Amino acid sequence: MATDITHEVSVIEGKPTLKEIDATIIKPMDEMPNIKFYIAIGFTLTLLLIGVISLGMAFYRGLGLWGVNNPVGWGFAIINFVFWVGIGHAGTLISAILFLFRQKWRTGIARFAEGMTIFAVMTAGLFPLIHVGRPWLDGYLMPHPNQHNLWVNFTSPLLWDVFAVSTYFTVSFVFWYMGLVPDFATMRDRLKNSTIVSKVKKTIYSVLSLGWRFSNRHWSHYEMMYLVLAGFATPLVLSVHTIVSFDFAVSIVPGWHTTIFPPYFVAGAVFSGFAMVQNALIIIRKVFNMEHIVTLDTLEKMNKVIIVTGMMVGYAYGMEFFIAWYSGHEVESFAFLNRAFGPYTWAYWIMVSCNVIFPQFFWIKKLRRNIPFMFVVAVLVNVGMWFERFVITVTSLSRDYLPSSWAYYVPTIYDIGLLIGSFGFFFTLLLLFTRTMPVISIAEVKSVVAGSQPTRHKLGHHEEDEHNG
Amino acid sequence: MDNKILHSVTAIFHTPDDIIKAAKAVVKAGYKKFDVHTPYPVHGMDQAMKLKRSPLGYFAFALGVIGATLGLLLMYWTMTVDYPLNIGGKPTFPLPAFVPVTFEITVLLASVATVVSMIVIFFKFPNNSHPLHDTEYMKQVSSDKYGLTIEAADPNFDFEKVKDFLSKIGGTNVEAIYYDNDEINSKLTLLEPKFLTGLAVISVLVITITYFSLNKLMFMQPFNWMMDQQKITAMKVSTFFDDGFSMRLPVEGTVARGFKPYPYPDSVELASRVLVNPLEFSDVNLENGKRKYNTFCSPCHDYHGNGVARLNGQFPNPPSLHTDKVREWSDGHLYHIITVGQNTMPSYDKQLTQEEKWQVILYVRALQRALNAQEGDLQ
Ligand code: HEC
Repeated sequence: MATDITHEVSVIEGKPTLKEIDATIIKPMDEMPNIKFYIAIGFTLTLLLIGVISLGMAFYRGLGLWGVNNPVGWGFAIINFVFWVGIGHAGTLISAILFLFRQKWRTGIARFAEGMTIFAVMTAGLFPLIHVGRPWLDGYLMPHPNQHNLWVNFTSPLLWDVFAVSTYFTVSFVFWYMGLVPDFATMRDRLKNSTIVSKVKKTIYSVLSLGWRFSNRHWSHYEMMYLVLAGFATPLVLSVHTIVSFDFAVSIVPGWHTTIFPPYFVAGAVFSGFAMVQNALIIIRKVFNMEHIVTLDTLEKMNKVIIVTGMMVGYAYGMEFFIAWYSGHEVESFAFLNRAFGPYTWAYWIMVSCNVIFPQFFWIKKLRRNIPFMFVVAVLVNVGMWFERFVITVTSLSRDYLPSSWAYYVPTIYDIGLLIGSFGFFFTLLLLFTRTMPVISIAEVKSVVAGSQPTRHKLGHHEEDEHNG
Repeated sequence: MDNKILHSVTAIFHTPDDIIKAAKAVVKAGYKKFDVHTPYPVHGMDQAMKLKRSPLGYFAFALGVIGATLGLLLMYWTMTVDYPLNIGGKPTFPLPAFVPVTFEITVLLASVATVVSMIVIFFKFPNNSHPLHDTEYMKQVSSDKYGLTIEAADPNFDFEKVKDFLSKIGGTNVEAIYYDNDEINSKLTLLEPKFLTGLAVISVLVITITYFSLNKLMFMQPFNWMMDQQKITAMKVSTFFDDGFSMRLPVEGTVARGFKPYPYPDSVELASRVLVNPLEFSDVNLENGKRKYNTFCSPCHDYHGNGVARLNGQFPNPPSLHTDKVREWSDGHLYHIITVGQNTMPSYDKQLTQEEKWQVILYVRALQRALNAQEGDLQ
């Protein structure tokens, strides 16, 4: 492909008309789902059920069912929490940061990635609520006047987490919903008031679209709002994983108390998030015939992000070792040697090979554009990133300052059930999303297909460039 | 048709270039109340329509400042003023530790409030009863066409002229949009039966759910807040013993720790002869005796033993403790009265330990001495 870099290529393949775009994207919502969908959702619901049972048991009998012990008081709950929050970060990166950088290839995948953000944060949010052990007391996480005259401790990183994650969820949700409003209006106007079902649908879409009229006077505010939200979401997404890393870094546990944690966590989050988005998109574009909207070029670009963030993570692994040695701190050096060669060697090397070694294949263009291959690598990346959180949490706690209290942590069947359940929860929501809302932003895709914008010479460049946000 | 009120005249255009040109023409012709409808934001349209830059950015900034202030105030009030906690000896207003939460609250408030103000103030949404809704025009512009409307409210509006003008600048499907008479005339009132029924249903639902969660749910496993335990608590019936008591009576003749049974319940003479006060006058004994006397004896006997009760006649006044009779009684006699009582005076055996009884007696003696001082005491 001899590319002319002076000219931006269209991110949408072919030249679909605007009506065709409507039809392709709205199709899943117009038809009854086919058998494949029922099989898929049956599968995810089974996973969810496993999670619900493990959770119910844990609530009824108490957290003694989990593998956590003394000194490893933070087990799967925190590992899963960090893992899922991280998954969410790719969505905001795509929808906000790439928006600010004017990366047009994001249009095809932004909506879907934002949806994943929301579901991932919902999944993540379950774990802090669960691991307090008595979830009916969770209300105390939020400061409110109560009869005990009790306030939260605003200086605790765990409380920062509460604020970071809930803010992140709310802002992502608003961002996502605002993107959906014009699309709901399009769907509303496509429906004929003929059957009861379409009447009900129309009412729902009318309510959700808030009465959007595609007025340019509104678009002008809307675009400004989108810019403002993207501007807020960008530092927000960085702050969220920074604060998550503070949960570890602010403590004095060897292997946790390092300043590299915030950037290292953010890079890892984007890394695993992109892998997850890539996986899900490969399936979606195939199932719903959207190959021309979510193009191979887009997937290739995502793979490039994966290799970059993967190397950042690899750098962090190396730098941790260097600093441990350079600090001359005995316990710190031990913590890292113990990670790589101690009782959790297996976990450490799964992490390193999945996160640092396998993504290197993406240097080869052929492999980067080979769909089955990239799918497998992305799955491995997520395995690796889950193990990264496992390694960080468990190795440091199981062997800290006091050798007499060292202990090996073994998850129980309930821990694993919860992990499985979290995947069930996430993918069930995702499947429902694909059937109820447009997974690709109709309005945004329309605005980037060839011929959808006025030809330039009639406008004069300056005028346009200065204004369009 | 005639009695309908005109809202606007609409026209459809087919390409983005056409609509930009049309918008420029409308501005040139001097129309103010017009609008362009496009399925997605068309670049350059804001300039063509001569729209001002949206002020939402300033809104966001102002709201962000408010958010930061409120966040800091909340933390200052709770952590520094209302309930200062000493956490590792750190200051109660640790600004660096407040930074993360301040940031989060700022972002939260700024972004949510920006969106809400855009929807409510700038768009006046939600509004699903605009005349343009459900028209053929709206169906086209929401999919693949570009539309332009000139509203009847425009000062230069003239039905025929506007229609001609729109066709002249290239618009097709020129149409008039009318207000929906039903909607204009419909007066929604608070007493609308549908609304009232809905309200009733909702309130019944809310009441039921609240009742259930507060009165039933909270007492189910595992929500019982650890109240439901295996142990027997006070006033609880035991299912283990036949008599329903959870505590067993002690064996006959058991003596409680620190309690010696009183050997002379029937004989004042014996008591007053045999019993001797084992304590001596000391600050501690007098202090304690005074405390116990004020608590247990003074309601009837008065603080100084004058026999002027504070009971307002609800109980017969006791005699003064300063009579010669009482002063000459031995300590053993007083001990007997405290332990067994005397006529209407009840026993204080259960309230006072043996030592405390002797301390009270020391105090009573001190009172007697103080109120009946003799010449010799002065020396
Ligand atoms: C409920 C009110 C009440 C309280 C409390 C009370 N007394 Fe008495 N006390 C009386 C009455 C009434 C008499 C007179 C009994 C009688 O009719 O002989 C009396 C009589 C006495 C007498 C004998 C006086 C006499 O002249 O016969 C002594 C000594 C005495 N009380 C000491 C005490 C001491 C010491 C306490 C505190 C431990 C105490 N009392 C608490 C009501 C009380």
